[in-house]
Amino acid sequence: MEHYYQPEIECASREEILKLQNERLVKQVKHVYDNVPYYRKKMEEKGVTPEDIRSVDDLHKLPFLTKDDLRDAYPYGLVAVPVKDCVRIQSTSGTTGRRVVAFYTQHDIDLWDECCARAIMAAGGTNEDVVHVSYGYGLFTGGPGLNGGSHKVGSLTLPMSSGNTDRQIQFMVDLGSTILCCTPSYAAYLGESINERGLKDKIKLKAGIFGAEAWTEEMRRDIEKSLGIKAYDIYGLTEISGPGVSFECSEQTGMHINEDHFIAEIINPKTGEVLPEGEKGELVFTSITKEAFPLLRYRTRDICVLTRKKCSCGRTHVKMTKPMGRSDDMLIVKGVNVFPSQIETVLLNKGYAANYQIIVDRINNSDTLEVQVEMTPEMFSDSVSEVSGKEKELVNALKSMLGIYAKVKLVAPKSIARSEGKAVRIIDKRNLYQ
Amino acid sequence: MTVQQISVFLENKPGGLAEFTKVLSENNINMRAMCIAETPDFGILRIIVDDVYNTMCTMKEAGYICSATKVLAVEIPDKPGSLLNTLTVLGENEINLEYSYAFVTSKKDVAYMIFRVNDNEKAAEALTKNGIKLVGQDEISKL
Repeated sequence: MEHYYQPEIECASREEILKLQNERLVKQVKHVYDNVPYYRKKMEEKGVTPEDIRSVDDLHKLPFLTKDDLRDAYPYGLVAVPVKDCVRIQSTSGTTGRRVVAFYTQHDIDLWDECCARAIMAAGGTNEDVVHVSYGYGLFTGGPGLNGGSHKVGSLTLPMSSGNTDRQIQFMVDLGSTILCCTPSYAAYLGESINERGLKDKIKLKAGIFGAEAWTEEMRRDIEKSLGIKAYDIYGLTEISGPGVSFECSEQTGMHINEDHFIAEIINPKTGEVLPEGEKGELVFTSITKEAFPLLRYRTRDICVLTRKKCSCGRTHVKMTKPMGRSDDMLIVKGVNVFPSQIETVLLNKGYAANYQIIVDRINNSDTLEVQVEMTPEMFSDSVSEVSGKEKELVNALKSMLGIYAKVKLVAPKSIARSEGKAVRIIDKRNLYQ
Repeated sequence: MTVQQISVFLENKPGGLAEFTKVLSENNINMRAMCIAETPDFGILRIIVDDVYNTMCTMKEAGYICSATKVLAVEIPDKPGSLLNTLTVLGENEINLEYSYAFVTSKKDVAYMIFRVNDNEKAAEALTKNGIKLVGQDEISKL
């Protein structure tokens, strides 16, 4: 049986949703225009006034926002309410330029939690479930998002956070966790660990909600088999709220976007032109209900396809495919956003040449990140401990910049492959986008 | 009195050392001694050669990262206990040994030790005072 958190909205007719979107969009554009000088200026430059936006059909008239805008306006430039009305921030890792800091009023957190509650119920969750949240808590949106959603559903929530696999498994066994929320790679790892310990019969998991990194259908089948569950995908980004912007239902053929909160468009990443339904392009979101950090036409850089084909689950909201790639050079490693420029910054700060290569792989379903750096005369010495010390310094600096461990490999000068004189920066061996 | 040791960065990969020695061979460079300190990813090759200047130029031209370090070369009798004698002197004078390696030549009855210590001057003085023979660059080149 299909469960819904808000059936009247999740299964509303297209007309009802459009009506809601039209009303909310008009109101939101006015809110942003009045309270965010940064965006008002962009609108003025484009010659658009709030009066020009009367319905979703007018959305294309609005200017885009990109990560560059977030950088220019950091930290308060895109906040649309007095900071005293905000109750929380969430953030991604990264340098000032790349770090996203999003603000929330209590109203915004409630809506975000509701989105996550829809995802949990779509995965079969009810107030009788034990929701085991192994996403990281803290600045990362994963933990707080699913935690809030689980509260809304009324499930018993286990705020496990990430790491300490032994303790995770013990809680799963002792408290009878039924729904697991974490990154797909951690789910795979937990599956292996549970089977190695011979505890599969002792766990009661029935479903998992996995997101924050790309994963393949093959990986889904592996996880479903090793944990004996149904594995559901969830999508989101800190800029727009966090996990729960879209989520999978029982049909498992794409993620329903919560259209009463977010209007999705697909554009040609090169020209910015809006593409018709069914075409592949860059996903753009307009947040129509958020108060504190309402981004209009935010370019996600994720490449995907939208479809309005009727879904067997009864939900009417548009579905997006898994992201099929990026229109920038961002990598997602262990659920964390990594930009090559962050790595370059660390290398240059530490006095290395910006000649490096990033090698991402997935070994035993777990992401690995290796940074190959060409040795320089300045960092070389006859002593192993000195060279290793410098290597360790670099590992620590990368960890504090990226938030995750990256192995550093010192390689011979000029050994990094160059194509047309420019080094090939990224080698992603995971083949995630099929 | 010290000698110059050349240290070279080598990636840990099959054929890496062979490639390096090929460069030495092509440039007619003769090694007196060699040792490798290794980590899982890279090695530091340390060599004593007959012609330091020529070797440094050759290495740089071939694109190797290298550096020259002053180390002590000591000639000791090739018989049991003579290394102990040398090390005792260093220890008693509180000189710390970072690494060391040995080699022999066609010269009968003697062996050579290379010492990398934290204080070359102090070590040289202590060894000389205790009658232990230090070998200089010229002598190494002629061996």
